[in-house]
Amino acid sequence: MVMIKLETIDIVFSYDGNSGPPILDDVSIQLAPSRILGIVGPNGSGKSTLLKCIDRIIKPDHGSVLLDRREIMKMGRMEIAKKIGYVQQTISRGFPTSVFDTVLMGRRPHLSWRSDEDDEEKIWEVLRLLDIEDLALKYFGELSGGQQQKVLIARALAQEAEVILLDEPTSNLDIMRQFEVMDIIRDLVNKKLVSAIIAIHDLNLASRYSDKIIMMKRGKIMSAGEPSYVLTADNIASVYGVEAVIRKQSEAPYIIPVGPIKTTMRK
Amino acid sequence: MAKAIRRGGTRTGKKSAIQEEHSKRMGLKIILVLTLPVLIFIITGISATLGSADLSIWDAYSAILHRIFPEYFYTTWLSDICVWHLRLPRIAWAITAGFGLGISGAAMQAILRNPLASPFTLGISSGAAFGVSLAIVLNLGFFGGMWLIIGNAFIFAMLCSGLILGLASIRGATSEIMILCGIAMNYIFGAASSLFKYFASDQELREMSFWGMGDLGAFSWEELRLVVVLIAIGSFVLLRKAWDLNVMTVGDETAKSLGVESNRIRAIVMTASSLLIAGIVAFTGIIGFIGLVGPHMARMVIGADHRFLLPASGLLGGVILLGADTVGRTIIAPIILPVGSVTSMLGVPFFLYLIMKRRREYW
Ligand SMILES: Nc1ncnc2c1ncn2[C@@H]1O[C@H](COP(=O)(O)OP(=O)(O)OP(=O)(O)O)[C@@H](O)[C@H]1O
Ligand SMILES: [Mg+2]
Repeated sequence: MVMIKLETIDIVFSYDGNSGPPILDDVSIQLAPSRILGIVGPNGSGKSTLLKCIDRIIKPDHGSVLLDRREIMKMGRMEIAKKIGYVQQTISRGFPTSVFDTVLMGRRPHLSWRSDEDDEEKIWEVLRLLDIEDLALKYFGELSGGQQQKVLIARALAQEAEVILLDEPTSNLDIMRQFEVMDIIRDLVNKKLVSAIIAIHDLNLASRYSDKIIMMKRGKIMSAGEPSYVLTADNIASVYGVEAVIRKQSEAPYIIPVGPIKTTMRK
Repeated sequence: MAKAIRRGGTRTGKKSAIQEEHSKRMGLKIILVLTLPVLIFIITGISATLGSADLSIWDAYSAILHRIFPEYFYTTWLSDICVWHLRLPRIAWAITAGFGLGISGAAMQAILRNPLASPFTLGISSGAAFGVSLAIVLNLGFFGGMWLIIGNAFIFAMLCSGLILGLASIRGATSEIMILCGIAMNYIFGAASSLFKYFASDQELREMSFWGMGDLGAFSWEELRLVVVLIAIGSFVLLRKAWDLNVMTVGDETAKSLGVESNRIRAIVMTASSLLIAGIVAFTGIIGFIGLVGPHMARMVIGADHRFLLPASGLLGGVILLGADTVGRTIIAPIILPVGSVTSMLGVPFFLYLIMKRRREYW
């Protein structure tokens, strides 16, 4: 029997007033400890919504989310925050805040009123890990998109959660920093026994860094399993409508998109 | 994290530099917050010398301190009367009201995630003003005597924020919904007050508009004590939520993921600050501007950490209101200008100057 860190069972979710098929339709996933689960799928397929359900930012209409076999709906907000970290896809702006203070927010679940030396030391450690220590005293709003993304990842790391949910963590990063950030996540997963769920558009990054991948389309899981099982030319054709060539290099499949499939254009 | 140590290790020089800079700034923040009470003390002294009877600064301070440390400071009967009975109550009101308006303004801006928010954004002042018109024009209220106007102002201010909270909770108390409900309340209570004005006599109109300009001199130590208690309770609640306010400024979803149930905190903070503001407004009438601008000025120097920002906004509010009132008392003495108007007349140009000078996102 496999150990399971986090699982969702038959999650169904619709936004209020949304008629038609639900945004998430019977989604069940399982995440083993110390593993990375990649979620891929076209725009609007429900990746972000699924992550929000897992962190109980929104409440599914049906189904349950179990963390260490405990129903998350029965846990307090603070308790969840100690165990699950979340990096949002969209960056919302607030009042001008320094990078240090932004990352310090990640300690909120562990803090009383004062932040002590230990907390601060942790922030510096995380900032160094992501190589953004120099930015610590700058205003968050004055950073580049990629730098902001790193700061938000730093905040999730400062949270010291057991499960980290990342929504498109590499979308604003240059190719070098994409690898850097994914390596850091990989490292964390390997060494600190953290588990991660990453919604990601880049199929090759997904292929290279995920232990398992689920491929979604219109709120349903179309395929799930090892990268080489999920990322096939057939699946990519039917989910994205894109013709792709798959190269097998080492273990992870390498995907070369060729172009849209004209004949199967849906009406 | 092994990697972290290694990386950090190769750049030790840099590391300590920026960390040191950070702790230096933290120290500076604390010092800045601590200078504000000193500033208040100084203005208090100056303000206490001003008035029809001539007192020197030293007379004023020794009269103040005499009652606190009778063994060390001596004073005359005249200075004692002048300071403790005539001038200090007004000064204490200014500090207290300024503090309450400042701290609740900072909290409101955080929960509504809106730099334009102030203690009055949510219609609390128009609720209070409506209660006052009711008292003045129809003589209708919950209490009699001197408590007629005060009681009405307080109760209608609270009623107004209660309505907003109630309405907002139906749809989930997000910042946008709260602001919209607040604006709706503003209009409806404002319209109702106008109707009263339409039917009011000249004398009643005068009373109403006088109330709307804010006044610090009408009440004494006894009433102040009540307000201080309200402010102490309210501020305590707000300060305890300082962390949650920090987190809430970056959005509800992130706040939730960091363990902060933002709608609940919003309701708590809203209740605490309404209580505090209603308490002040009931006695002083409407003193705008401070609750909007005190927090902004504080933010410019202190930053966005509400553990520092809340007390700083309160103290700065006290400084501004006391300063403005001191000017309003002396500029064409013996006529005392209404403090609400003076604050805006003096404060707005200064505030605009600060905004223009800055190059950051808002300031
Ligand atoms: N707040 C909302 N209210 C109503 N509908 C929403 C809301 N957020 C998302 N949706 C809808 O839910 C569906 C799934 O959205 P979701 O954000 O989960 O997609 P996604 O897979 O993350 O897409 P992307 O790759 O573009 O990030 C979309 O059709 C979207 O229009
Ligand atoms: Mg998304």
